[in-house]
Amino acid sequence: MELRSKVPSGPIDQKWTRHKFEMKLVNPANKRKYSVIVVGSGLAGASASATLAELGYQVTCFTYHDSPRRAHSIAAQGGINAAKNYQGDGDSIFRLFYDTVKGGDFRAREANVYRLAEVSNEIIDQCVAQGIPFAREYGGLLANRSFGGAQVSRTFYARGQTGQQLLLGAYQALMKEVQRGQVKLCNQHEMLDVIVVDGQARGIVTRNLVTGAIDAHLADAVVLGTGGYSNAFYLSTNAMYCNVTAAWRAYRRGAGFANPCYTQIHPTCIPVSGDYQSKLTLMSESLRNDGRIWVSKKADDDRAPGDIPEDERDYYLERMYPAFGNLVPRDLASRRAKDMCDQGKGVGETKLGVYLDFEDAIERLGADVIEARYGNLFEMYERITGEDPYRVPMRIYPAPHYTMGGLWVDYNLMTTVPGLYAIGEANFSDHGANRLGASALMQGVADGYFVLPYTIADFLARAALEPVPEDHPEVSRTLEDVRSRIDRLLALKGDRTVNSFHKELGRLVWDYCGMARNASGLKEALERIPELRQEFWENATVVGEGESINQTLERAGRVADFLELSEVMCLDALIREESCGGHFREEHQTPEGEAKRDDEHFTHVTVWEFTGPDSPPREHREPLEFEYVPPTQRSYK
Amino acid sequence: MRLKLHVWRQASPSDRGGFATYEAEASEHMSFLEMLDVVNEELESKGQEPIAFDSDCREGICGTCGMVINGRPHGPWKRTTVCQLHMREYSDGDEIWIEPWRADGFPIQKDLIVDRSAFDRIVAAGGYISVRTGSAPEANAIPVAREKAEKAMDAAACIGCGACVAACPNASAMLFTSAKAAHLNLLPQGQPERHGRVLNMILTMEAEQFGTCTNHGACENACPKEIKIEVIAMLNRDYLRALLKAG
Repeated sequence: MELRSKVPSGPIDQKWTRHKFEMKLVNPANKRKYSVIVVGSGLAGASASATLAELGYQVTCFTYHDSPRRAHSIAAQGGINAAKNYQGDGDSIFRLFYDTVKGGDFRAREANVYRLAEVSNEIIDQCVAQGIPFAREYGGLLANRSFGGAQVSRTFYARGQTGQQLLLGAYQALMKEVQRGQVKLCNQHEMLDVIVVDGQARGIVTRNLVTGAIDAHLADAVVLGTGGYSNAFYLSTNAMYCNVTAAWRAYRRGAGFANPCYTQIHPTCIPVSGDYQSKLTLMSESLRNDGRIWVSKKADDDRAPGDIPEDERDYYLERMYPAFGNLVPRDLASRRAKDMCDQGKGVGETKLGVYLDFEDAIERLGADVIEARYGNLFEMYERITGEDPYRVPMRIYPAPHYTMGGLWVDYNLMTTVPGLYAIGEANFSDHGANRLGASALMQGVADGYFVLPYTIADFLARAALEPVPEDHPEVSRTLEDVRSRIDRLLALKGDRTVNSFHKELGRLVWDYCGMARNASGLKEALERIPELRQEFWENATVVGEGESINQTLERAGRVADFLELSEVMCLDALIREESCGGHFREEHQTPEGEAKRDDEHFTHVTVWEFTGPDSPPREHREPLEFEYVPPTQRSYK
Repeated sequence: MRLKLHVWRQASPSDRGGFATYEAEASEHMSFLEMLDVVNEELESKGQEPIAFDSDCREGICGTCGMVINGRPHGPWKRTTVCQLHMREYSDGDEIWIEPWRADGFPIQKDLIVDRSAFDRIVAAGGYISVRTGSAPEANAIPVAREKAEKAMDAAACIGCGACVAACPNASAMLFTSAKAAHLNLLPQGQPERHGRVLNMILTMEAEQFGTCTNHGACENACPKEIKIEVIAMLNRDYLRALLKAG
């Protein structure tokens, strides 16, 4: 496997412009001769489909949802960053670039991040023209808010539903092209494999989730906008259907998988309430501005929070980090909460939670001020827990919600399989080891609207592809692989439900490859995951048939892939003998408990190559260079 | 708590379908859908087919979930999708009837899952502003009065779940269609295509087997995002104007 980043030469602020000029174009009249498959209809997939169709390519867009509008981008709350500098507070493309590289703990590719910052402004123009109802100031101009530690106010937002509004904008653009006949939309189709002919990605195999039909679809290029893999943890803030299958199937066909151990754990989520829990709900991080985090000083304290006197409470973040207090960065807040629970000081029935208390803030500011600031969040919390946070402290706990790792892509967003692209959360490219708030939406739309449509033209213009006949042996072989795997799943008639395997796997990954990792735990996980995978293939039960809607079968295929991915995740975490961003190795920390990078040995991307179902993956490295933002130790003292 | 569930089971679109009864054991902390997850786990471990129902984000924003609970779309709570409904609403011994959305425009696919792609086709008919990627003017070149932007946002909050259709005695999709039209028609960017948008969306809505609006207001009552029926009045006005314009 060869890793050529294809970063253009020249000064960083000219790379993208120069590259756009140097890339080959496809003549407008010839574009209709090329077909592109886009898998996924989230922000990245929908925006790419719409833009490619506007340009004249024949696009087919696949989604497993009943409508493209359901993709998980819809759940993003906070906002989208852009370097418009509308506030006149000193923002610039370079500052957004700088913040993102630093926030990623110096593990992202500089040139990609710069391009992201560069196109951020066009994104806002595009979205406003589409009618996204962004928040406005009284004069009618766009409003901004500050977010996630940045020192400038650069986040554009539509109430707490920015992801929803951006996705609907991309979805509407997509539907416009469906109406024009430029996009063929395939709802309720799940991609189960990539068809690779002569080393090039030439199509995919899907299962129609309603009829069960397995079909091959051929094209000149394939684009995966299929999201992240946080559901490897079983419990995460991701939607129920989010899965790694498309990316994993691509990995098994030769696409390198980069930095799988880079996962982000969000500190303020509503805790698990019981075994039946199906997913976790994020509460905006802004709550930490006024809430105080504490647990009882005593382990196994069963008293109600109101019965624990002030001097028996441990406001541990304020105690450990007097300078930042409750506002320490996400990773620290998450890890310290876990420490408290590990010491038996967790709160609530399950003992996996800490208090986030607004009593002092209400006393200081009054309940109405708190309501104005956080009313909708308090309501959401009460709806889920039945507890009134104005009177009883909230209980919060960290939860997985984003994965920085993903399919390796070059500067053109192409994976190691020619003709196969990965965009949005599905690729690894822009966030390094840690993503900043309000940057996920930015990357999804940047890739889909402004990067991929240019770079794919260069590929198509140069590739000189021969048409692939439908009865090509590779097509038949891939179809056969998919059918036999489904038959194998349907034949499982053991004693355990698919869900029970997913739960057990999630618990393992969370315990050993979650907020804090160490060598012995990871080795333990690396022994147990293959055992669990073997048990799955012997003892799981999949009821029903393949010729109609079968949600158990759908889930079984996804869980089987998570059972493979998790092993590579743990392996990746084990060999990265340093801490950086979301990857925290207990062996590598400063005396203050901060992540301690090892730039000398780990300033690289780790990329895994599939070598066969029964052999370990092969490790490759793409070295990273920091020419414009010299690496420094992050410090929050 | 122990509950008795009567759940609509229908193997395929052509199957007649009917209610099946299940005993469920639930904790008050569960969400309604987690209660169904537990029922499904039990069914699966007995080798029986689980109840098919659709749900994804489970935080009330994706619009995937939806079922009629004791006659009410999304169940008894206001401003709530069924995925946000929690079991503390119920007590030991309760009987719960669970059905899919029922409307000609939403054919049943299996059990509680219906095909809502008609909504996509209504949007495709005109629920967008035509702007090619890259052709947009500088964002602040189009000022939008704050009040307008807020009203557009109120309408844009629609999650496309279909509860409005399920609640309507005529199975009309007017609230959905009007909300999308209002979002775009309220904004300056939406003006050039305003009339065509309204005509085409209404035409498509009718072709998709949805009924007409007779001002019951059941849609507003069922809407988990509290979209107001004033958007329907706005659409009706726009429709008249568009018809006059079209001559």
